Amino acid sequence: MYHKTSRPSEMSEYITHDQSGRSVGIVEKQFFTFAQPPDEMPLDSGARLGPVTLAYETYGTLNPDRSNVVLVLHALTGDSHAAGYYSTDDDKPGWWENMIGPGKGIDTDHYFVVCSNVLGGCMGSTGPCSVNPQTGMPYGMDFPFVTIGDMVRAQKALMEHLGIEKILCLIGGSMGGMQVLQWCVQYPENVCAAIALATTMRHSALAIAFNEVARQAIAADPNWNQGDYYGKKQPDVGLSVARMIGHITYLSDEAMRRKFGRRLQDKEDFSYQFDVDFQVESYLRHQGAKFVERFDANSFLYITKAADYFDLTRFRGADSPVTVFSASRAKFMVVSFTSDWLYPTYQSREMVQAMKKSGRDVSFCEIEAEWGHDAFLLPNQRLTDLVRGFIDSVYEDTGKQAAL
Amino acid sequence: MSMKIPENKLRFDLQVIASWITPGSRVIGLGCGEGELLAYLKNHKQVRETGIELVEEKVVRCIEKGLSVIQGDINQEVHDYPTGSFDYVILSQTLQQVYDPLTLIRSMLRIGKQAIVSFPNFGHWHVRLQGLFTGHAPVTPQLPYQWYDTPNIRILSIMDFRAFAREMGFMIQKEVAINTDKQDKSGRIVTALPNLRATYGIFLISRKKDRLWEPST
Repeated sequence: MYHKTSRPSEMSEYITHDQSGRSVGIVEKQFFTFAQPPDEMPLDSGARLGPVTLAYETYGTLNPDRSNVVLVLHALTGDSHAAGYYSTDDDKPGWWENMIGPGKGIDTDHYFVVCSNVLGGCMGSTGPCSVNPQTGMPYGMDFPFVTIGDMVRAQKALMEHLGIEKILCLIGGSMGGMQVLQWCVQYPENVCAAIALATTMRHSALAIAFNEVARQAIAADPNWNQGDYYGKKQPDVGLSVARMIGHITYLSDEAMRRKFGRRLQDKEDFSYQFDVDFQVESYLRHQGAKFVERFDANSFLYITKAADYFDLTRFRGADSPVTVFSASRAKFMVVSFTSDWLYPTYQSREMVQAMKKSGRDVSFCEIEAEWGHDAFLLPNQRLTDLVRGFIDSVYEDTGKQAAL
Repeated sequence: MSMKIPENKLRFDLQVIASWITPGSRVIGLGCGEGELLAYLKNHKQVRETGIELVEEKVVRCIEKGLSVIQGDINQEVHDYPTGSFDYVILSQTLQQVYDPLTLIRSMLRIGKQAIVSFPNFGHWHVRLQGLFTGHAPVTPQLPYQWYDTPNIRILSIMDFRAFAREMGFMIQKEVAINTDKQDKSGRIVTALPNLRATYGIFLISRKKDRLWEPST
């Protein structure tokens, strides 16, 4: 009941109508509910959660042998609405409109695309703002801790519900990339190929530090009230500061110089007040204010913690990432971006190195891009060419194998 | 921009290399460019292919062709592969640009059972005569660079490579000298006086049975 309904997105400022005019068109958000008590879903923390609902969308057509499935995994603040429009007067399409659609990088003329909101989210999937069936009230801080592994486990249940045993290709950036990697080692038999964009096997101390400052901003807002704020005053100040911190990490020194420099916002000179002077200040405040309309503060706390806990190199007590990737069967493509300092290229290279050492089939490309971590969401011909080429070749290869 | 060569019309030196590859084998191309040879081998010889290429644009072209390629420096990237990962490790027309050829070839023969190395022959009479008569560093269709912008930092001839292999303990399994036309699309094998008359040398080498170079740490 407290799920956010306004237009969601990962970094909504970039979402625009596709210049080519191509789109999957009108789409519908759907819901799948499972793990009804007493068969609750077991979580990595040892807790149990049920019932669990996942909000999801699909684009394109599932082929008769169900071999054309592309599963899209969204980043921290994304949602199931990856492409298309909810209505004819919708002013914005889904968050990856530039990549998903007819004739695009993920071509809906050929592939059946699924995207679901993560467990713990606030865009229709079960999260801290959902009603706890035991109390009839929103979970708030009673919501159990969820991990990237739990998110993937819930997605697996959705795939089974849709009758999909083998996923042709997983694709996701940032925290979506973590889910991609997790899928490949948690369910190796169910994945043919995987694309991990601008992601990491585990957060650096730097990434955890930014998340912690963002969480502290929320906790310091008196309206947060230990997570019990539903139907009351919202911790908008804390959540918008958290978002401002996030946006700094998504850009880069160069991107900020080009986008804002030291330009002033609607004024000729300094105000000599603690008002907005610089354009970059105005931008961050605007992004913060927009974000609180669409995102739940408790979801932000839970999901950032899940991303911080994620450590693929220690999957099931493994001693090295090489051991971890030995369990997977997927063909990989890893892509990083030169100006991404949140998940820098060296972290992608470590991943690729472990994949090579474990004998996995892997491709890697570092794309020259000035927009920092955000680059994976922006229209980029190189990225589109890579994604299309990789998925097409995997589809061709699986067709050949099936024909044998 | 190089001319687009149809898949069945490989550059002549690459045709020679392709003819040496056993169908269904595991192949890695170091400095694989836009993947012409690897794509040919994948489609015509059903090899399991991998490539290493430094230039982003070329890596994208490779992956578009459906090839598995890693963007990176060949001297670094070879270290990650387990010993004996490949049947063939190909270094096509790149040796003359490698800073430490001995270390690289040892790595190639660690990760692969056999290595194929090709290079422009600096012993060709054209190169020799230019130096002799003009007094300038040679500029030929195979070596089109001026001294100040050439990526070719290792000057070697077919005879030099033979001596190098002998001294370093590499076994030469096959050796072909070729002479190509200006576009390198067609050519022929040179049997008489190859060091003088061939534009390129192509060698298939392996390590001696008792030699195994462990990964450098």
